Amino acid sequence: MAETLLEVKDLKTEFKRGKKDWITAVNGVSFQVRAGEIVGLVGESGCGKSVTSLSVMRLHSKHNTRITGEVTFEGKHLLELKEPEMQEIRGNEISMIFQEPMSALDPIMRIEDQLTEAISLHNQGLSKSEVHARCVRALKLVGIPEPEMTLRNYPHELSGGMCQRVMIAMAMSCEPKLLIADEPTTALDVTIQAQILALMEQIRNEHNTGILLITHDLGVVAETCSRVIVMYAGNIVEEAPVKELFRNPHHPYTKGLIESVPRLGRRVRRLPSIPGSVPDLSAMPSGCRFAPRCAYARPECSARLPELVEVGPDHKCACPFYANVRKEA
Amino acid sequence: MATTEKGSASSGFAAGEELPRAQSPVKQFIKKFLRRKTAVAGFIFIVFILILAVIGPNITPYDPNAYDYNAILAAPNAAHIWGTDEFGRDVFSRIIAGTQLSLGTALTASILGTAGGVVLGLIAGFFGGLIDSFIMRVCDVMFAFPSILLAIAIVAIIGPGITNIMIGLAVFTVPSFARIIRGAVLEVRGELYVEVAKSIGCSPARIMFVHIFPGTLQALIVNFTMNVGGAILSASSLSFLGFGASVTQAEWGAILSQGRNYLAIAPHLVLFPGLVIFLTVLAFNLFGDGLRDTLDPKLN
Amino acid sequence: MGKYILKRVLSMIPLLFVVSILVFLFIHLIPGDAARQVAGATATAGEVEAVRKQLGLDQPLIPQYIQWITGIFHGDLGISYTNNTTVAELFAPRLPITIYLTICSITWSVLIGIVIGVVAAINRGRTLDMLGMLIAIAGISLPNFWLGLQLMQIFSVNLGLLPTGGLEDWRGYILPSLAMGAGIMAILARVTRSSMIENLGKDYVRTARAKGLPESRVIMAHAFKNSSIDIITVTALQIGALIAGSVVVETVFSIPGLGRLLVDSIGFRDYEVIQALILFFSFEYMVINLIADVLYALINPRVRYE
Repeated sequence: MAETLLEVKDLKTEFKRGKKDWITAVNGVSFQVRAGEIVGLVGESGCGKSVTSLSVMRLHSKHNTRITGEVTFEGKHLLELKEPEMQEIRGNEISMIFQEPMSALDPIMRIEDQLTEAISLHNQGLSKSEVHARCVRALKLVGIPEPEMTLRNYPHELSGGMCQRVMIAMAMSCEPKLLIADEPTTALDVTIQAQILALMEQIRNEHNTGILLITHDLGVVAETCSRVIVMYAGNIVEEAPVKELFRNPHHPYTKGLIESVPRLGRRVRRLPSIPGSVPDLSAMPSGCRFAPRCAYARPECSARLPELVEVGPDHKCACPFYANVRKEA
Repeated sequence: MATTEKGSASSGFAAGEELPRAQSPVKQFIKKFLRRKTAVAGFIFIVFILILAVIGPNITPYDPNAYDYNAILAAPNAAHIWGTDEFGRDVFSRIIAGTQLSLGTALTASILGTAGGVVLGLIAGFFGGLIDSFIMRVCDVMFAFPSILLAIAIVAIIGPGITNIMIGLAVFTVPSFARIIRGAVLEVRGELYVEVAKSIGCSPARIMFVHIFPGTLQALIVNFTMNVGGAILSASSLSFLGFGASVTQAEWGAILSQGRNYLAIAPHLVLFPGLVIFLTVLAFNLFGDGLRDTLDPKLN
Repeated sequence: MGKYILKRVLSMIPLLFVVSILVFLFIHLIPGDAARQVAGATATAGEVEAVRKQLGLDQPLIPQYIQWITGIFHGDLGISYTNNTTVAELFAPRLPITIYLTICSITWSVLIGIVIGVVAAINRGRTLDMLGMLIAIAGISLPNFWLGLQLMQIFSVNLGLLPTGGLEDWRGYILPSLAMGAGIMAILARVTRSSMIENLGKDYVRTARAKGLPESRVIMAHAFKNSSIDIITVTALQIGALIAGSVVVETVFSIPGLGRLLVDSIGFRDYEVIQALILFFSFEYMVINLIADVLYALINPRVRYE
């Protein structure tokens, strides 16, 4: 098995809402990402997946966020690093790309300047021409046909797909070991989505980069990931290799998610959906947070938050009644 | 903050199976507004000044225009808390009596200018096309003259005086309100309810005043409040320059302008009227800020 | 870029034309006999007729306008009947004073306003923010003439540190610039703050942080650079208030500049001087707005290609 790049243990992120009033967005999450592996982090919007990734990068504002737990990246405890040490890691060893490629690039800065900024920051001593050469190489890597021209462009002169390629180029320009991609394809057309996903796989294959792919789209997960983590309301509810998860979902929520994806060649009267919606952060149900929406819920579900336990090889689930779910499935 | 949370928590219990009752927007607005202490302070001060403007002349401790040659340029003392001017007139009484004229000038100018701007803005935004371009070009030309310079030019033509200042200030208020309202109309015009009104055959005038105008009210109220503060400043500046109220009139800017000649020996003649102008403008600005923040949560 | 500037300059010409017509008509709007008003109350009938001829008031409107505007292009701004000199001669010593005063005021107020705004935005919701915004709202509400007089009272009368008026040396400019710039400083502090808060919440700022840029660079190279677009727009709009402020402040501090000249000329009903001054101030305002537009386009690439 490949070396573990990122190890997150019991990560808890809380936001300040008023004086002494904190709400918990991520409630004790633990997972790992290994080198050369694409891990999918799935869940509905508001389940805490983006908050998790921003917590790993420590990109939340210090003034209104409290992060506890342990985040280890190659032996370094990220949550304990000083801010300048963390800056050395951001963009250099761990990079990140975001959902809206158009707005994620500075609108009044040429692409070249935005790329240069990242490259020369983490590679001091490079000459101007060397930096330029690396910019060109980075754009070529992501399949941009005329890098010299694109470098002179401003973001508004590029399409969304092109902007996302530039974002990936920027993220990859310092050859990070870990790439966190937060809904990288959500804002793009379907054909462009496929290209961007293929590009990420190609990068993984060529550079052995570990990728944490955050998405709400199970199709994307099925296509690209080797392992999947399912989050619900700030907790991990299930974790399994991708094939196992789709074939053999244990948690009722995972099951619901998979069933609510329409599939070709399968006739259904009505697309099944999960009733209700993600609970509000400030009004979490006690016990299992999915219980109010769960078809298999029992009275004891509301008593205690179920723990994530091993239910098979590499397969973890946070539902003590998973056996019932499987029987019916 | 604390009270609202308590309130929502208890209503959560009491509601039981009932649906939580939606609060009326006005109530919600008042609740949110009351949380802004500086804005509330501004509002209270404005109410106070408005009351003074109405009853001011009747409650002054002295006759604001009575000469007292035994107390010329007296510093603030027990008898004259804000001192007296070069004719022995009581400054405190003159400022109270002057509230009417100072505030009245600014309010009238703002109301006239706003009304003109609203009508032009509604027409421009609603009809679009040539009418719109024409009105907006006229506004552009008026914007080419820097703010109170336009008022000064008008005073230069028709002569000094408080009424002329009012006209001047009103005229230069028009283009900015025309722009604001036009912008708001363009935003509202695309809304579904306006389309519906058109489709069921409402007359343009009805659509404009019944359907579009209310949608621009928020922008209007906030900008009007801010404008009154600005108008008080401009009117007192013009009076200070000698273009407005005559020196015999009790008006804040004019009192200050007179007092300026005695700065070295009687600084209170400048200090108090200026302080009152400052506090009044501050009150309008704080109130306007509070209104804007409450009405437009985007800006919080 | 050159093309954009050219386009903006050309688009200013019709506006200038309309403004010049309005300013030209100014004398004709004076109620009663304009020539008599211009010549002054003590003028004889013969003098009034001479003025009428000089102003071209005996001719139809269009030739009058042409005569007037050609004169202006040749530096002939008219005659001051009060001072018995040409308007150009009146302008010559006063123009540099007003321009210098304007530059001093705008320099300090923009710098301090931006600093307060940025610091407040970074410390949003905390003591520094509240302090900065308290200064800002007070600055907006202060009557500049009163501020000038209070500064004079404190620093000149009481402490004797600075002159009460006049311009013997650079120290004479300090208090007038402070009084003139306070309002703009306050407005810029508010605009900078809200623009910075908006930009600091944008995705590209998160990207900049994710790149590993130090916070100072994230703030200055990304958030502030984007905010400067708003700052330039508002500064240009405030130039009008600044010009008006020069009229008031020059009067307070007895500074022999163009603003003071305007107040005096209105007092003497010296109409040709008033007319020339209004034309000048409007022209100054338009030119500064043009410069602001060009700066705006230089920083904001999205405008240039429209």
